Amino acid sequence: MQLLWQIFSSFFKIGAFTIGGGYAMLPVMQRDLVDRLKWLDEQEFMETIAVTQSAPGAIAVNTAIFIGNRMAGLPGVVAGALGVVLPSFIIILSIAIFFQNILTWQPAINFFAGVRPAVVALIAHVAWKMGRKLITGKFYLALFAVALPIIVLVPEIHPVWVIFGSGIATIVWAAYQGRSQKEVE
Amino acid sequence: MLNIFITFFKIGALTFGGGYAMIPLMQNEIIAQGWLNQAEFLNIIAISEMTPGPIAINSATFVGYQYAGIPGAALATLGVVAPSIIIMVIFAKLLAKLKASKYGIALQGIGVGVAALIAAAVFGLIKSSITNWAEAAIAVTALVLAIKTKLSPIIIILASGFVGVVLYGYIL
Repeated sequence: MQLLWQIFSSFFKIGAFTIGGGYAMLPVMQRDLVDRLKWLDEQEFMETIAVTQSAPGAIAVNTAIFIGNRMAGLPGVVAGALGVVLPSFIIILSIAIFFQNILTWQPAINFFAGVRPAVVALIAHVAWKMGRKLITGKFYLALFAVALPIIVLVPEIHPVWVIFGSGIATIVWAAYQGRSQKEVE
Repeated sequence: MLNIFITFFKIGALTFGGGYAMIPLMQNEIIAQGWLNQAEFLNIIAISEMTPGPIAINSATFVGYQYAGIPGAALATLGVVAPSIIIMVIFAKLLAKLKASKYGIALQGIGVGVAALIAAAVFGLIKSSITNWAEAAIAVTALVLAIKTKLSPIIIILASGFVGVVLYGYIL
């Protein structure tokens, strides 16, 4: 029961502080799931993001369900999904019922104008921490150095192809090295 | 009423790439159903982007509410979440299989690919979110705090929001 509460409250926090969609959830997620609760290490965190991006649906919701399932099976799925959805539900309903003109309320606009650049910096910090942990050799450095400009220059490329491509490149490289998995690591 | 659930189930099941990718399909479905007009829809998307929470959930909740009140909001949200439950449970099994196989090594490379995706997103976000010195100063301060202190990202997000309120409201 305590585990379910932890899953719920973590994803409630993540839902409440995902401001701006997409990767904005990563800083809070990493702090909570990797640093604080230690449910995932950095490698598993990246795997989780890879999986949740490769599937249809909202990425934050996918992640809540994936982690909930991993930690506590079906009850965990329900706890995670409820947690990540509830802040939206409460905030949006309040806005819809009481406050449809929030878009023109200056203090709210200013608040989010202040948040946006900070979120960019926090996401950059996540990428930096992840890169440092995962780029453990020349091959991974080369992979990163090739992938990054491709993604930047060809924005139409879907994340799924980057995920597939880097997985296959790694398998090919490992086979070419002709070593066992353990030695490669 | 059941229509709301089915429509959002479809949106949740068929869009790859998160909330932003859902907007075009959502727009087609919702305007075709006659639930909202174009202007109302765009207003809802603008609010969903601005408020906390995943954009997909925000917009589903909002559209559902506009069309059928609180039950509509609940059904729309449930609809957009339900496909993820089914798909994620299957994906979890596949990931475990891949990990245990001789191709498990792929996962470290995939992690590196995801780090590249995030880094690339940062470039795009810098262009769209950091357009003047005040925004640059907030970003740099946030980055320094994240690297040098143990402050939670939540604290940094809230603090920068209040800096925005004060800075744009009273100083600039």
